[in-house]
Amino acid sequence: MKRFVIAVYVENKYGVLARVSGMFMRRGFNINSLTVGETDDPNYSRITVTINGDEYAREQLINQLKKLHNVKQVKLLENEITVERELMLIKVKTTPENRSEVMAATEIYRAKIIDYNTNTMCVEVTGEPSKINAFIEVMKPLGIVEMCRTGVVALERGISMMEK
Amino acid sequence: MEQNCIKKMTGSKIVIQTLIEQGVTDVFGYPGGQVLSIYDELYKAQDSIRHILTAHEQGAAHGADGYSRVTGKVGVVIATSGPGATNLVTGIATAMLDSIPMVAITGNVPSSMIGKDGFQEVNITGVTLPITKHNYFVSDVTELADIIREAFQIAKSGRPGPVLIDIPKDVQMAECEFVSKEMVTPFPAEEANESCIEEAVRLIHQSKRPYLYIGGGAAGAGMTEAIMEFAEKIDGFIGCSLMGLSTLPNSYPRFLGMQGMHGRYASSMAKKEADLIIGIGVRFSDRATGNVKKYAVDAKIIQLDADLSEINKNVKVDVGIVGDLVSSFSEISNRCRKKKRPQWNALVEKLKQKEMQIGEETEKNSEGIMTPKKIFDVMNRKKDENTVIVTDVGQHQMWTAQYVHFERARRFATSGGLGTMGYGLGAAIGAQIASKETTVLVTGDGSFGMNLNELATAVSYQLPIVIVLMNNGVLGMVRQWQTLFYEKRYSNTVLNRKTDFVKLADAFGAKGKRVQTIEEFEMAFEEAMKYDGPFLIDTVIDMDELVLPMLPPGGSIDEVIVSKEQEDEE
Repeated sequence: MKRFVIAVYVENKYGVLARVSGMFMRRGFNINSLTVGETDDPNYSRITVTINGDEYAREQLINQLKKLHNVKQVKLLENEITVERELMLIKVKTTPENRSEVMAATEIYRAKIIDYNTNTMCVEVTGEPSKINAFIEVMKPLGIVEMCRTGVVALERGISMMEK
Repeated sequence: MEQNCIKKMTGSKIVIQTLIEQGVTDVFGYPGGQVLSIYDELYKAQDSIRHILTAHEQGAAHGADGYSRVTGKVGVVIATSGPGATNLVTGIATAMLDSIPMVAITGNVPSSMIGKDGFQEVNITGVTLPITKHNYFVSDVTELADIIREAFQIAKSGRPGPVLIDIPKDVQMAECEFVSKEMVTPFPAEEANESCIEEAVRLIHQSKRPYLYIGGGAAGAGMTEAIMEFAEKIDGFIGCSLMGLSTLPNSYPRFLGMQGMHGRYASSMAKKEADLIIGIGVRFSDRATGNVKKYAVDAKIIQLDADLSEINKNVKVDVGIVGDLVSSFSEISNRCRKKKRPQWNALVEKLKQKEMQIGEETEKNSEGIMTPKKIFDVMNRKKDENTVIVTDVGQHQMWTAQYVHFERARRFATSGGLGTMGYGLGAAIGAQIASKETTVLVTGDGSFGMNLNELATAVSYQLPIVIVLMNNGVLGMVRQWQTLFYEKRYSNTVLNRKTDFVKLADAFGAKGKRVQTIEEFEMAFEEAMKYDGPFLIDTVIDMDELVLPMLPPGGSIDEVIVSKEQEDEE
């Protein structure tokens, strides 16, 4: 089992996300994360999928994606040449005693406090999934009120690009 | 474009005009509230398009499917919203699993009512998402014509399949300009990879015992001559999946027939003995491979397919070639040297003899009994090469696959992938209308019971369909599994119904006869083949007849059961 990141260019049309996620369901793929957003060309969206699986799952996932009519391009992003980022908003309980700890962690993780009141603080963290995970671990003992993660977005380094 | 060609039309008229433009001459369907205006346009265009009204939308979908299998054209079916649309579902899924090109058009409630759960609203694009190649919800009449064109293009490109177009009522009523266009051609196929072709040729030259394994892809691509020429050149043999039947003539000595779970002995064994399997448009399904871990372990596999996701999906292959089957196959064929393989021929000859011997032994024990084999012997004698054979699903289907002799391409329609009981009668109607030839539906009392309402359709249109209903009073195939794997606990497979099929045929306005001996069958079949309308032969067979050989599910070819006696001993 290995983790794969796959980028998919899709036409920005009715039901396209349902088509992609529906295919994952019916072929039995177990997706870790899926993000979608418009590209510089509003006719296209870019989906980033991360999946845990073997060679077989990877090959099938790519080939099944390519078959969908609204999918224009599929690319496996190789680990070594890919930059990945994820964004998390996390709200933690704060007391006069632990407030400085939250602020210190925020500093060390190069995160940002985006909301502050007497009882809670909301922190914005960006980074690779492992960094996000680590930040969650730090916040756990303090009391996480709620949190949400965007899932991974990824691009290849250098000039390489996906053709639409 | 030329200004004078531009006319304003309603969406409904655009639907019909685009169908005509795409070469459609027959559509199957059933009217209803949300397709009224499309049916109004059909009424006005009846000189150009014939509409076949079925008894149920499922029958219409199977009709479009049968029509397509016989002609290779895109089958078209129309249904109303809600239940009309959901009744198509089994028919669409059947076409999907067998890669049959089809366009299904459904009406829906007006756009303003979408999502409000009004009368007869269903989200049919959502329902059919996993069982169509693609589907559309049309929200703007100006996009309608191009969507229909694209639907035809998708349906017939690469690996064919069904496409659904859902049109809300207001879009059918809205007007826009319409400019007629040419009939669409399939999207260009991917070029086959040169190094893969080279590698395939190398494996073929190296092989001592090559076996061509052909499927629905080969049947659909019209590869009869190309495959025969290649088999001669490499001195090899050919077997097929259920979907590959009626591609090669059964009289061709290099063609060994269907292989797999209920495949013919020589074909399955030759595939086991082969050192190279060349799959052409075939998905190596579980019914063909048994346990994949034990499948063809010593053989190399070359797989040619139009669909890249089929390569390595079910079986890991040595060479996978994606692209247009006809061109990649001829590319390989042209580069192969002529070579004799006498040892392989001698081995296959032995297997054929063993198959004959098994047949003769079974025959000996069947004196005075109307066995399936004898029924098909009569059929083979009395039908001609143009006769279309359609089946339902179950034991009778496998017997048809084993015993019927096909001499021409596109003369067989059966639900292979989905295994849809109730497929037959609707498909036979479509196949008859497409071929204009006498069509024989082989069915069972179980399958026939599922959609026998379509007898009404066959009578209305006076279609020469001979229904050979192999009546054993049980759900034979499921019961066979209970016999072999569930210690004869016959849970819910003994029908014991009191249906009088002769009276039933009569009530529908068809002709019916009940036969109990092979002599009676022969007379009835002869009469039926000459009859100008549907003719049902209620053919009584023994409930303990088994489909043999049988490869136990998940087993390997070494565990094949070839005779009843062998089973009793075990």
